[in-house]
Amino acid sequence: MTLALLLEQLFNGVQFGLMLFLMAVGVTLVFGIMRVINLAHGALFMLGGYFLMAALAWTQSYALAVPLALIGGALVAVVIEIVVLRPLYRRGPLDQVLATFGLSLFFNEAVTVIWGRESIPLSIPPFLTGSVEIIPGAAYPIYRLVITGVAIVAGLLLYLLITRTRVGALIRAGSDNREIVAALGINISLLYTLVFALSAMLAALAGIMMGPLLSVEPGAGDPILILALVVVVIGGIGSVRGALVGALMVGIFDTLSRVLIPLVIQTNATSALVGMAVYVLMAVVLLFSRTGLFAAHRG
Amino acid sequence: MRFPGRRGALLLLLLAMAIVLPPYLGTYYTRFATQIAIYGMAALSVDLLLGYTGLITFGQAALFGVGAYAAGMLTVYGVTNAFVAWPLAILVSMLFALAIGSLSLRTRGFQFIMVTLAFAQMVYYFAQSLRNWGGDDGFTVPQRNHLGFVLLADHATFYYVVLGLLVLVVFIASRIVGSEFGMVIRGIRDNERRVAAVGFPPYRYKLVIFVIAGGIAGLAGALMANHAKFVSPATLSWQLSGELLAMVILGSANSLIGPILGAAFFLAFRDVLSDFTEHWMLFFGPLLVARVLLLKDGIWGMLLRATGAGDAPAAPEVDGPELTAPIADSKPGRSP
Repeated sequence: MTLALLLEQLFNGVQFGLMLFLMAVGVTLVFGIMRVINLAHGALFMLGGYFLMAALAWTQSYALAVPLALIGGALVAVVIEIVVLRPLYRRGPLDQVLATFGLSLFFNEAVTVIWGRESIPLSIPPFLTGSVEIIPGAAYPIYRLVITGVAIVAGLLLYLLITRTRVGALIRAGSDNREIVAALGINISLLYTLVFALSAMLAALAGIMMGPLLSVEPGAGDPILILALVVVVIGGIGSVRGALVGALMVGIFDTLSRVLIPLVIQTNATSALVGMAVYVLMAVVLLFSRTGLFAAHRG
Repeated sequence: MRFPGRRGALLLLLLAMAIVLPPYLGTYYTRFATQIAIYGMAALSVDLLLGYTGLITFGQAALFGVGAYAAGMLTVYGVTNAFVAWPLAILVSMLFALAIGSLSLRTRGFQFIMVTLAFAQMVYYFAQSLRNWGGDDGFTVPQRNHLGFVLLADHATFYYVVLGLLVLVVFIASRIVGSEFGMVIRGIRDNERRVAAVGFPPYRYKLVIFVIAGGIAGLAGALMANHAKFVSPATLSWQLSGELLAMVILGSANSLIGPILGAAFFLAFRDVLSDFTEHWMLFFGPLLVARVLLLKDGIWGMLLRATGAGDAPAAPEVDGPELTAPIADSKPGRSP
């Protein structure tokens, strides 16, 4: 194996990790602020891909379709938050998990009804095809570079939003102690809706960008959701920093193990080891820290 | 569990229906009832954790699937005697439960949900990667196991064996939750710290009930492999884990009968709606949301109240003070 190939895989790992970050940060924000575990988060990822596909067919323009798909994801999230989640805030985790699980079943089936059970190929935008040589000897697809850049920009914007704005201050305060925030006269239910819509937009963004790389099909978000949960467990539930570190760890570890394990071990068990690598990583982290790497307050 | 008066009568009525009705209705419904009994057993194992211990596991399908794979593989290898194959399947599931439980029980609350889900997914990928066993497609089991000279190929015979095992499991489970051990796990559900303060180490007790529940799920899985004569990674999917939780909640948690009724309701719902549409999930998802948002009780609780047969089983308070209080053993300096 050449160094160039290894570097290329490392890039892929970082890129996958950033996609996972977009997912995991939504899970962790919603948990940190609203104390809800959202198992419908994978459905929002999947809807991002479907909405892009539908909006493209309608507008024939990426410049219009991408914002439309993002808004679509946010609107679905607002409806979910108002209709299903609001009555659940005072309930235990069981009710939340079951209700959001029910939602994910519903959305997986709804897209089947509307767009069929077959997976829908979503092609890379024509102006982003091709590849460049970032390092001599390794051609890297432009599309992957672009989505990596978009994910970084989205992450930076999120960072600025949380650290530099009033809404961000409320988000931080809300995750520290929501009762006090509410007691100070802040409209906490509006804040919840905003946070949930924000997390949905990030999930939809990841779904949009991963659409051409994975496939757009019913249940496409479920494996990504579970990986995002692994990220959150590793990073520490409720911690945004933990989500970033955990996502990069999982992304790089997953990608590299897919390349390196088959080189070292060539038996029937290889593919099993590859599929399980990330979970072994999680088990190891749990052995050393019960609350993840960046344990945020309360658990 | 005591069976006073009307409650006992209600149970006997249900059991009588389970014994008399299926053969009378024909092969299709006998197989249908077999499925109910199997999923009911798996859901009961979830209820031991959820309703009695306050552990929300989102990975019970993995243990169910491991039991199914073990029984299926043993049969393919020629171990057709149920007295050998089923206990082995239970044992393998218990070992998996021990491994998964010893790690995931280090966490609690929300994290426990996610960690059980993740480990179950790990087992799922493991099963998917077994190329010799059909990978994603799974494999067919050549025949059902036999109980010495009793062959189980006949659907009615197999149904009664499954029903008998289900009754046995309910009996054993009721003895467990009624014992001193059962008091400790219920105490853990209600207030883990007090139980620890009284001198019972919660981790050990939780691990024991997790392994017992894993064994029950494994038996249900082994029966499923025999029932369907087919095993695939779908038996370990996270959707099934969620559906098992849904069955418990639909039927009433914290009661050993509720999960079985929940399984019956779930399968009947699917069966009836499948006649009209392949998209029955489109209705089940919102139904589950509605149950959580609007109803306080599951089916068993409603039955008990409607017949005046006693109080509905109290819904488990699984959130408890545990989630809002700082974690006792988290890093120093974190406590407010």
